[in-house]
Amino acid sequence: MSKEQRWDADRALSLIRELAHLPGALLPILHALQDEFGYVDKAAVPLIADALNLSHAEVHGVISFYHDFRHTPAGKHVLKMCRAEACQSMGCDKTIRHVENRLGVRLGETTGDGGFTVDAVYCLGNCALSPAVMLDGKLYGRVSPEVAEFLIESAQRHS
Amino acid sequence: MSVKVYVPCDAATVSVGADAVAKAIAEQIATRRLGASLVRNGSRGMFWLEPLVEVETPQGRIAYGPVSVDAVAGLFDAGFLEGKPHALRLGPTEEIPFLKRQERLTFARCGITDPLSLSDYVSHGGYRGLEKALKLTPQAIVEEVTNSGLRGRGGAGFPTGIKWRTVLNAPAEQKYIVCNADEGDSGTYADRMIIEGDPFVLIEGMTIAGIAVGATSGYIYLRSEYPHAFRTLRRAIAIAYDKGYLGENVAGSGKRFDLDVRLGAGAYICGEETSLLESLEGKRGQIRFKPPLPAIEGLFGKPTVVNNVISLATVPIILDKGGEYYKNFGMGRSRGTLTIQLAGNIKHGGLVEKAFGLTLREAIYDFGGGTASGRPLRAVQVGGPLGAYFPESLLDTPLDYEAFIERKGMLGHGGIVVFDDTVDLARQARFAMEFCAVESCGKCTPCRVGSTRGVEVINRIIANENREQNLELLGDLCEVLMDGSLCALGGLIPFPVQSAIRHFPEDFQKPAPPPPASGSSKVQETQSWR
Ligand SMILES: Cc1cc2nc3c(=O)[nH]c(=O)nc-3n(C[C@H](O)[C@H](O)[C@H](O)COP(=O)(O)O)c2cc1C
Ligand code: SF4
Ligand code: FES
Repeated sequence: MSKEQRWDADRALSLIRELAHLPGALLPILHALQDEFGYVDKAAVPLIADALNLSHAEVHGVISFYHDFRHTPAGKHVLKMCRAEACQSMGCDKTIRHVENRLGVRLGETTGDGGFTVDAVYCLGNCALSPAVMLDGKLYGRVSPEVAEFLIESAQRHS
Repeated sequence: MSVKVYVPCDAATVSVGADAVAKAIAEQIATRRLGASLVRNGSRGMFWLEPLVEVETPQGRIAYGPVSVDAVAGLFDAGFLEGKPHALRLGPTEEIPFLKRQERLTFARCGITDPLSLSDYVSHGGYRGLEKALKLTPQAIVEEVTNSGLRGRGGAGFPTGIKWRTVLNAPAEQKYIVCNADEGDSGTYADRMIIEGDPFVLIEGMTIAGIAVGATSGYIYLRSEYPHAFRTLRRAIAIAYDKGYLGENVAGSGKRFDLDVRLGAGAYICGEETSLLESLEGKRGQIRFKPPLPAIEGLFGKPTVVNNVISLATVPIILDKGGEYYKNFGMGRSRGTLTIQLAGNIKHGGLVEKAFGLTLREAIYDFGGGTASGRPLRAVQVGGPLGAYFPESLLDTPLDYEAFIERKGMLGHGGIVVFDDTVDLARQARFAMEFCAVESCGKCTPCRVGSTRGVEVINRIIANENREQNLELLGDLCEVLMDGSLCALGGLIPFPVQSAIRHFPEDFQKPAPPPPASGSSKVQETQSWR
């Protein structure tokens, strides 16, 4: 589970200030904000722009370029499902379909109750144990529909 | 003396339960009051046997695997601490044929040592390369690397020594070493394994690179999909600083080398070196025009060596044993060893480090044992998402850069993804275009727009709408992509597409599939996943 908290401008500002001195500080800052809040709030853009002496458009352009950064809060649990070639060869489509039907979402969406965000990823470096998924930062291998079901149920139990 | 029990900590092994097995073993040791200690090693790279547990005995290390939590108590009952028989006993680890037939140079320590033990590292030959390098002139270090014949393992196969010489000869007050740990290709995990299993070898390789070209600062750009590797690297870097192997006085030499690790943010294109540099500078990861080469104007405009993880992690053994030693492995212009990664539908998936020249067939059957499903093999994709699909008839191709190029393929980072006869190559071709559309940096039109067009055209081919015209259109589109793309994402994406058409034409001539029932998922049909 992410340690997600509500957006807090003071907290954000102190994170930004901690990292602003780094060369090429923008990505480390965005990661820090997303780690803290589970997403990068729009309100962070002027704060970052100010600290790094960039335009709002530049900061926004970077946030939107990278697949990782979210504009809205993620679900309580984030399930990243690999759909790259090695996982395809071992039937990841079946597992993905199961999860989509089970949670009533498509890849890239969050369930209505905010329980799960399910995302597509392209390779998790676990291609000898495909299909692979990552649930809340933890890697799993050989994820058949049954294993996916088990993961979802245990995540729900621990919510 | 207390018996050592090894349970790997590599992310892939954890993905099938290694942490839980380690915990269960620790509990058994405690409750049975045994004089044994637990070591978390890297992975040996035999993933079908993971979690692979090893016990140190007077006869050497004995392997048991795959071990589940439920099997742990039984292993203790059977006396596995003395290496005694059990259904899961595999015998001496080094005698397992998959491992025994390898030539592990870059991966010499991986799976053997505790990745975060610097004393393990040093007692297993670590930092000998640096020690030698510190006695040489920068030119002599570069010469050694050039002589070894080492070519970049990130995909392009460019001679590492020549790249280093360019940076060495570029006059500048500040230069950089950048390690490309973006490892985005499906079917590859060697970078991740070495980072998690032997991180100091990468740190040592980067330090040697810095001393060779006169760079005092290095960055590792690691993909964010590897949080586990990130933690290992951060800890390893901190240890290296603490013990004086990084910082202002590297190993007492008076030379400085600083190192930091940065996370990517889920963009495949940031594996391309100029895009990576943009990203490190905190910008959108868009491709830069070349020239200037990064070796002349790289990170923050300074001369920069950009090398793949495996390229850099191979440098210490080259310096330690000499370029001549390394060069004696391999074939043709592909010198040394290739870290082959067996992936996908394969029975014995794992890492095979072997001199260049092994054939695809030998890799897949002699090491990999054929498909995991037991069904006939139909296609193999080598070199990641931009690599060609090869049919069975090309399996005798040797693993060699030039041999792959001759067959309109690409060895790339050495990933081999196996598919059985259930694969549909028209869908794989569509996926290639879809992937290109998702991951395009958007800088040039053929790639940005053409890939989406490609998906549409292949959809029509699959649906049997004007099939012949659309196949022709797809051919034209591939030409445009190859000729008009600024970088290899758009420029090479025609390889998987055209190889699928060339070698598997029947898959593009099937009857149109029935339209999906309403309300059913569209896993195959949706294009915009993110
Ligand atoms: C689309 C694209 C993606 C790439 N991804 C990677 C990657 O993930 N890792 C890597 O080392 N090289 C990657 N490369 C190759 C790099 O541009 C570059 O050649 C390499 O980092 C140089 O290091 P080497 O000479 O040690 O291989 C990629 C290239 C392209 C065009
Ligand atoms: S080919 Fe694609 S990824 Fe490469 S520069 Fe052009 S738009 Fe960017
Ligand atoms: S392709 Fe799915 S983990 Fe590599």
